[in-house]
Amino acid sequence: MSASVHAIPVDFERQRAVCAALRAFMPEHGVLFDREDVTPYECDGLSAYRQVPMVVALPENEEQVCAILETCYALRVPVTARGAGTGLSGGALPLGNGVLLSMAKLMKIVTLDPLARTARVQPGVRNLSISEAAAPHGLYYAPDPSSQIACSIGGNVAENSGGVHCLKYGLTVHNILKLRVATIEGEIIELGGGGLDSAGYDLLALMTGSEGLLGVVTEITVKLLPRPECAQVVLAAFDDVGTAGQAVANVIAAGIIPAGMEMMDQPTILAVEPFVNAGYPTDAAGILLCESDGTREEVADEIRRIERIMEDSGAHLVRVSRDEAERLRFWAGRKAAFPAVGRLSPDYYCMDGTIPRKRLAEVLRGITVMEKKYELRCANVFHAGDGNLHPLILYDANDPRQLQNAEDFGAEILKLCIDVGGTITGEHGVGVEKIDSMCVQFNSAELEAFHALKHAFDEHALLNPGKAVPTLHRCAEFGRMHVHSGAEKFPELPRF
Amino acid sequence: MSDPATQFADAIRAAADAKRPLNICGGGSKTFYGNPSIGETLDVTTYRGIIEYEPTELVITARAGTPLADIEAAMREQGQMLGFEPPHFGGNATLGGCIAAGLSGPRRPYAGSARDFVLGLRLLDGRGTDLHFGGQVMKNVAGYDVSRLITGSLGTLGVILEVSLKALPLPPSEMTLCREQTQSEALALMNEWAGKPLPITATCHVDGRLYVRLAGATPAVHSAAAKLGGETLADGAAFWRDLRDQRHAFFSGESPLWRLSLSSIAPELQLSGAQLIEWGGALRWLRSDSDAMGIRKAARSGDGHATRFRGGDPRSGAFHPLPSQMLKLHKRVKQAMDPVGIFNPGRLYADF
Ligand SMILES: Cc1cc2nc3c(=O)[nH]c(=O)nc-3n(C[C@H](O)[C@H](O)[C@H](O)COP(=O)(O)OP(=O)(O)OC[C@H]3O[C@@H](n4cnc5c(N)ncnc54)[C@H](O)[C@@H]3O)c2cc1C
Ligand SMILES: Cc1cc2nc3c(=O)[nH]c(=O)nc-3n(C[C@H](O)[C@H](O)[C@H](O)COP(=O)(O)OP(=O)(O)OC[C@H]3O[C@@H](n4cnc5c(N)ncnc54)[C@H](O)[C@@H]3O)c2cc1C
Repeated sequence: MSASVHAIPVDFERQRAVCAALRAFMPEHGVLFDREDVTPYECDGLSAYRQVPMVVALPENEEQVCAILETCYALRVPVTARGAGTGLSGGALPLGNGVLLSMAKLMKIVTLDPLARTARVQPGVRNLSISEAAAPHGLYYAPDPSSQIACSIGGNVAENSGGVHCLKYGLTVHNILKLRVATIEGEIIELGGGGLDSAGYDLLALMTGSEGLLGVVTEITVKLLPRPECAQVVLAAFDDVGTAGQAVANVIAAGIIPAGMEMMDQPTILAVEPFVNAGYPTDAAGILLCESDGTREEVADEIRRIERIMEDSGAHLVRVSRDEAERLRFWAGRKAAFPAVGRLSPDYYCMDGTIPRKRLAEVLRGITVMEKKYELRCANVFHAGDGNLHPLILYDANDPRQLQNAEDFGAEILKLCIDVGGTITGEHGVGVEKIDSMCVQFNSAELEAFHALKHAFDEHALLNPGKAVPTLHRCAEFGRMHVHSGAEKFPELPRF
Repeated sequence: MSDPATQFADAIRAAADAKRPLNICGGGSKTFYGNPSIGETLDVTTYRGIIEYEPTELVITARAGTPLADIEAAMREQGQMLGFEPPHFGGNATLGGCIAAGLSGPRRPYAGSARDFVLGLRLLDGRGTDLHFGGQVMKNVAGYDVSRLITGSLGTLGVILEVSLKALPLPPSEMTLCREQTQSEALALMNEWAGKPLPITATCHVDGRLYVRLAGATPAVHSAAAKLGGETLADGAAFWRDLRDQRHAFFSGESPLWRLSLSSIAPELQLSGAQLIEWGGALRWLRSDSDAMGIRKAARSGDGHATRFRGGDPRSGAFHPLPSQMLKLHKRVKQAMDPVGIFNPGRLYADF
């Protein structure tokens, strides 16, 4: 985090040339370059990384997006697309010598077809507003990141975002049918189609989660699902997080795919309870929220079974939401977990590793050991159903030592996730933040394959360069750095 | 004997050096599908066996040569299944062939496609390099989603060695309902039902009858059946299995078989020949001697694409022609994974 706060000096001549080229077809207010105008774009949700862009472009339609890209391509200016800037890995961090392409003004829901259960939307549309527009038809858009009131659907596609309900309803990639994408040359391609598959390679899947490195998404056709008739949630409290993890496995073993299955550890519960009064037992080592949705009969049947499994798995307290208000209250705690934990310390650093669930207890033990090692506290929020961990490392960014420790702590958690057979990112993306951890997860041949694919879409590497996939050179440097810091060689020496 | 994966890698390197094409072969159950294969056969069926299956993690990992039937049997024993209900087309279909073909069965619109269930895979690229993408966890956004790109690429991008798939629980109960219905009524009903919270897992219209499969908790299935109405089909499971593997009478006979994948609300196709509708209206099978151009035009107007699935005039490619921009991009993607162009050239499109 700390390492990247370095501002590249603006090349004013270049800036003037790029602005002039863009203003040939863009209105004046659609091309920004004054320091105070571009500063709001200097970071995304990962605010430890900042960089003011050379130029900000604010297109209002697809033609302008294409023309901007065509211009940048001709001038060989790098381009970073930006949705709502809620990303947590620095994916939308601008380049000091580049154009920041804000998609925020493309915010129309173009069509919504209740019979076909699809909506065609522009990339700047907020995730939640799709479900709001679909609600009168009894439909909704399933992926529901906690940031859904703010994040854009274009950003969701670029990150393949998930949500609390994705074990049952899938990630973004499972819930979109078609994309219109502007290539770096400024041409439009259509990926996917009106049906459930398309001719040729599945480039729709490849584009999803590509963090703005392969193309700029200009329109998305999403699938809408019927709102479940009802939903209920079971809250179960455990004396031990390992036991809670086993309870999750037991639910799955019983043939149940819960609509949501979330875990919070005690530090999180203690932070959340005074904040929202969700009714969580503060003496528990961990609690599970397990939701069932569907028809009345399905939910009644499933909830009964979940309740019994939780009891048999050793929960010391099991409560079923009695009505919709209580269901929402149980969830309110989970939804407020990040801000609640955020109140405990000046800053927190949110990690996003995914692990095989059976290794949960081991990973949490490892994190406890790291808390001592780095002298920082960590609260754990966990999409337990799909093994996606969100350790929240508490630190104070004004203390350089804490900042460095938080960064090292995070990297060590990610390494542990890889060691137990998991991944460094389940849904937040690699961005700039986890780029060095990519060198741990993938070998150089695999990274080269990624670069070859990038080259197929963007041969001059102008789309969001420096994000998501490290260069082999960078990995070599990173490897050397590790040897230098001497973790293995000089364990007796103190490290700061 | 040395590891089969090493042997394949050696064979790939030799072929790449000599610029000789390779025809990757599972069991060959889908050889009728796609354009004809050329090149020396690389038989991957020797690389078989389930590597890891952890029912409570909902993940199964197996070698590409493993018979699909073995995988499904192992999963059934644990009360689980492959959610995309892959077609077998004969007994020996392999996992690799299934993922390379990327075909999904009747449950597809309600549970997801083959690529939706792929969590990760191991493959050999066109230089014989051994690569891992994705993993064995449900959520993973590290690096581009190469596993899903490979799914459905008909072996043109690499040799799949191992695949990890998400598992789903078998539903506790199933029921199939059927009733007389015209095609346009059936299309309207399929779309209307899909917008309601009903436990539907398959739909089909053929020979003037509409079939619906319900699945889930027994009381939920019964209450949905009461809402939908129609008669109960005695052996529903056999009906859907025959449909999945194209053993239904509709699929026998000589006239060319076309597969049209379209918007579910595309109106009845004005094409000569018999039709069978699946996937809530999004998949239309057509037995027709009509010319390829006309069929493809109809598919386009339904916002979809048409595949000449079996038979017909081989001069019209099996797959829907790509717009020039997309063709260019496909060639570049192919070049990225298989620079010399040795894997199944022409199998997907004549150009690569
Ligand atoms: C409090 C909080 C909670 C969160 N909870 C979740 C959660 O539960 N699940 C989850 O998955 N994420 C979560 N996130 C992360 C974040 O909200 C998602 O990654 C989201 O999808 C980002 O959308 P955005 O519009 O803000 O994108 P940005 O942050 O603006 O951009 C993200 C990336 O997408 C690229 N991009 C944006 N628009 C386009 C486009 N049109 N074409 C091509 N590339 C584009 C950018 O270049 C960048 O790489 C959370 C974030 C916060 C702050
Ligand atoms: C015409 C014919 C009819 C048959 N009929 C019957 C029958 O009625 N009953 C019966 O029991 N058996 C039958 N078989 C045998 C059996 O179905 C097949 O031999 C085989 O087991 C299944 O092949 P497959 O599904 O694995 O895919 P394949 O057909 O081998 O391959 C499908 C596609 O995937 C590619 N591919 C396969 N594996 C990989 C991989 N690992 N990596 C990358 N690409 C790959 C291939 O190149 C091809 O493009 C028949 C075989 C043929 C040829």
